[in-house]
Amino acid sequence: MSHDLLSVGDLGADGIDEVLQLTDSFVEVSERAIPKVPALRGKTVAWLFYEDSTRTRLSFETAARRLSADVMNFSVASSSVKKGESLRDTVQTIEAMGVDAIVVRHRSAGAPWQVAKWADASVVNAGDGWHEHPTQALLDCYTIRQHLGSCEGRHVAIVGDVKHSRVARSDVLAFTAMGAEVTIVGPPTLLPPSLEGWPVAVSHDLDSVLPKVDIVYLLRMQRERMASGLIPSLREYTARYGLTRRRVDRLGEDALVMHPGPMNRGVEIAADVADLPRSVIVDQVRNGVAVRMAVLYLLLGAGSDKVLTGVEGAS
Amino acid sequence: MSGFVIRGGTVVDATGTRRGDVAVDDDGTIAAVGEGLEGGDVVDASGCVVAPGLVDLHAHLREPGREEAETVETGSRAAALGGFTAVVAMPNTSPAIDCASVVREVLDLGRSAPCDVHSSGAITVGRAGEQLTPMAEMAELGVRLFTDDGDGVQDAGLMRRALEYASGLPVPVTLAQHCEVAALAAGGHMHEGEWSSRLGIPGQPAESEELMVARDIVLSRLTGMRVHFQHLSTGVSVDLVREAKRRGLAVTAEATTHHFTLTDAEVASYDPLYKVNPPLRPDADVAAVRAGLADGAVDAIATDHAPHTQEAKEQAFDEAPPGMLGLETALALALTELDLPIEQVLALLSWQPAAIAGLSDQHGGPVAVGRPANLCVVDPTETWTVEPTASASRSRNNPYAGRTLTGRVRHTFLFGEPVVLEGDAQR
Ligand SMILES: [Zn+2]
Repeated sequence: MSHDLLSVGDLGADGIDEVLQLTDSFVEVSERAIPKVPALRGKTVAWLFYEDSTRTRLSFETAARRLSADVMNFSVASSSVKKGESLRDTVQTIEAMGVDAIVVRHRSAGAPWQVAKWADASVVNAGDGWHEHPTQALLDCYTIRQHLGSCEGRHVAIVGDVKHSRVARSDVLAFTAMGAEVTIVGPPTLLPPSLEGWPVAVSHDLDSVLPKVDIVYLLRMQRERMASGLIPSLREYTARYGLTRRRVDRLGEDALVMHPGPMNRGVEIAADVADLPRSVIVDQVRNGVAVRMAVLYLLLGAGSDKVLTGVEGAS
Repeated sequence: MSGFVIRGGTVVDATGTRRGDVAVDDDGTIAAVGEGLEGGDVVDASGCVVAPGLVDLHAHLREPGREEAETVETGSRAAALGGFTAVVAMPNTSPAIDCASVVREVLDLGRSAPCDVHSSGAITVGRAGEQLTPMAEMAELGVRLFTDDGDGVQDAGLMRRALEYASGLPVPVTLAQHCEVAALAAGGHMHEGEWSSRLGIPGQPAESEELMVARDIVLSRLTGMRVHFQHLSTGVSVDLVREAKRRGLAVTAEATTHHFTLTDAEVASYDPLYKVNPPLRPDADVAAVRAGLADGAVDAIATDHAPHTQEAKEQAFDEAPPGMLGLETALALALTELDLPIEQVLALLSWQPAAIAGLSDQHGGPVAVGRPANLCVVDPTETWTVEPTASASRSRNNPYAGRTLTGRVRHTFLFGEPVVLEGDAQR
């Protein structure tokens, strides 16, 4: 892996594969009684979160702690931008404290690229606006591999609000890099204005797509999309694009149901569907920690011999 | 008698091109034009074009209110270095230029500037799009161009009344429009299309500009009033104006240097240097803007010089303000990027915008005896590399850093005073 993880597209198939293989080892570590290794002892990882995200932050933080890294929190209230401190000032402040990696979550697309321009530390994009969420795509690839052996030749339907989804943009890049076929499904108002250059098929009819796919990946439906007039109502959205019990019956026997969380049960996914055995949503969360361990490990490049050794006297 | 003789150049103005020295009188007028002129200090113009000073219809000088980004003085110095002898200051200051007192303030600041500073006036109070400004009192102070630049006038009924009201003023004025239908553009930070979709940046469609161009063309017909279209950036906008002219309507248009030079692909860097409004567009629109400049659909090149501090631009793309510098690079970009003869480039940068701004009595030539000596002397073959830190502007948001351009301003004369000599500002 290069110096930063900004776009999952930068990794390519080989880079993604490298992460997934290393993730196997960290899944094993996570299952130990003391799930901790000294791999990043002495390294410091800083969180720079410009947007609330308890789930992603906890997942990264757990990953860093299991690698014995020190962690530093730098949550920036949205108001501090108005106080006149530029993003560059903030990055320089964090760098001055001596960090090895900065994990950035920002409500604006592209912010991690700017952080990387100004920082010497490795930068990990933990989600930027509508743009990308590379570690989510990696954990999604890992989860598919875990259940179906590989992404190669699989057909994934990504359903819902693709336009505003960083998960969808990263997943399209990662899934297609790994040889999967992707169909994006949703009402035209929730798809990107242009799909020029996207290696995907498009459908507005979920029912006709379901029988053909190996994975149905549901995106979170934000209630504000209704307020801004992109859909008439959540009820109509659910009627056309919600994964109901009836629609699950159209899926192939082994087809998986995935969701990046947090779910709106009863909107994009019916409550009982989320709890079916084919729904691997909890595995996604679990794998997230191991994938992020692999990413931090690859970026901060400690000696590989230390990876799997337990921490002596760890508590 | 003669203060200066600008010797050895080729004179280019709206009347044509000829070899000739230009003698400038102490009173700030042109004393003589011809070969072998003597007397006064000699200013070398060998190998250069001596032309009427350039006129910018669209500069944000930021004063009053945003002096940390630019002042009338620093912006005017940048203008003079770029060969401009007149600029029209946009009204989106703080407070907005929407009444006589703010116009007077801007004009007072401009009195000592190395460029002739003219003020535009807002069409609506506070540029809020609700109530007409006192255009007559501003026109009395010399305002000839009214615009809410930064925003378009959204309400078609209000724009109609503005045009009708302006037609009754004692002096001819032009209403200029920043064309952007907010209902389509709101929340957009770049051109909506392939790049915005990929980059995850909210876009604004070309149609948000085109719709208002179309609207104001029909309002021009309805009211019989002249409308000037600011910073056209799309192919359809250019086509609409071309067609309106073909039908004999009194419309004019400008395009900026960046809209014929840069595309929305630049935004892939996420560098807010490339954030501007209207946004950078795809190749096809850039080509259409160039074609419009070439065939006369577009009358003028404007800079939309929009200084911003480093802090303001060192934010995430969608949080940074739109705008880029332009005064010092406009002529060189036009000469380098447009495949047009220098006579046509100067028409687009000097006498045509002078006419639109109502400044033809003092700016835009011709270079003739008795005329005010507002001149620029350009070496059309000199190449130079853009270095943002060398700018006279207070700001550094220059998207052309490191570019090598051909064509450089050597001297600028403002009412006979050499405000730029050998590329150096004299004050
Ligand atoms: Zn404007």
